[in-house]
Amino acid sequence: MKIGIVYDLIRWEERALIDAVKKLGHDLVPIQVNRKVFWLTEPNGFSELDFAIQRCVSFYRALASTAILEEQGVTVVNSFNIIRDCEDKLYTTLKLSRNKIPVPKTAVSFNRETCLNIAEKLGYPLIVKPIFGSWGRMVSRALDKDSLLEILDFREYMQSPYFKVHYLQEYIDKPSRDIRAFYFWEEVPAAIYRVSNSWKTNTALGGVAVEAELSNELIELVKRSGDVMGGGILGIDILESKDGRYFISEVNAIPEFRNTVRVTGKDLARLMIELTIKNIKQ
Amino acid sequence: MRKLECPICGGLMSIPDDAMSGELFEHDECGGQLELEIDEVGNYKLKQAEEVSEDWGQ
Repeated sequence: MKIGIVYDLIRWEERALIDAVKKLGHDLVPIQVNRKVFWLTEPNGFSELDFAIQRCVSFYRALASTAILEEQGVTVVNSFNIIRDCEDKLYTTLKLSRNKIPVPKTAVSFNRETCLNIAEKLGYPLIVKPIFGSWGRMVSRALDKDSLLEILDFREYMQSPYFKVHYLQEYIDKPSRDIRAFYFWEEVPAAIYRVSNSWKTNTALGGVAVEAELSNELIELVKRSGDVMGGGILGIDILESKDGRYFISEVNAIPEFRNTVRVTGKDLARLMIELTIKNIKQ
Repeated sequence: MRKLECPICGGLMSIPDDAMSGELFEHDECGGQLELEIDEVGNYKLKQAEEVSEDWGQ
């Protein structure tokens, strides 16, 4: 098969996918989006691709290049809709909640005064998150009304308009860890705990990866969440409360998996390619 | 292996023959985060890796 890898930078994950495509005997077509011209009014020579894996680290590059490829007839994993729906946390929460997937109580407001009304209902501490972004960047915890107002002040002076969309969420008191589970085409091939003394457990911020064995209940939750978001290849973040309830916190459509491979020994890059081929053929 | 100059410290760095444009490397000697650039005519050079942007991640 001719398999495209759409990328801007080659990190550990992209290198693993490139090597997996080659080892499985397929033709690799690298598409480095930040060094390429994409014609919108003419074909760009992608018609021979059987499919492409989207791996841009930049969300906007990922979304734009996926739109172009899809509209010109290429199957992209993940699709434009999945990438958009997973990147926008407002939309992810809406979609999961509407489909009865447990998520922390969340509300959105467009000004600081109404944020205080939300805070009265959620109680403190609460989480204030950018609706776009990753690696725990700019995710804040308001401990009381004063700190909430300080966080909102910072946000209202940020230039990006999306910081004026205030996404406020119930704080889940976790047992010093959260869970990152992988969803590949209705399968759950691996999961890790991200262990940290900080309330932010992102491995990008120093959270330590430890292999997690998921219960059947949790595997089912991951599968249902992945199905709701549209399937494909996903990294699903789960919060567990100290009283044993689970909440889906975020869903990542271009997930990093280096630390998971390191601690589980599972060849996720190879599995991603193999399961994608199997599902595309169906 | 191909030897390329680090744009930060000027030292030499070994790059695997199958490295691709956009591939990230860390220079052991200076700790610099570097990106391989291969131009249209096949010239290789290292440049300082792009700064993390607001829309990066996953």
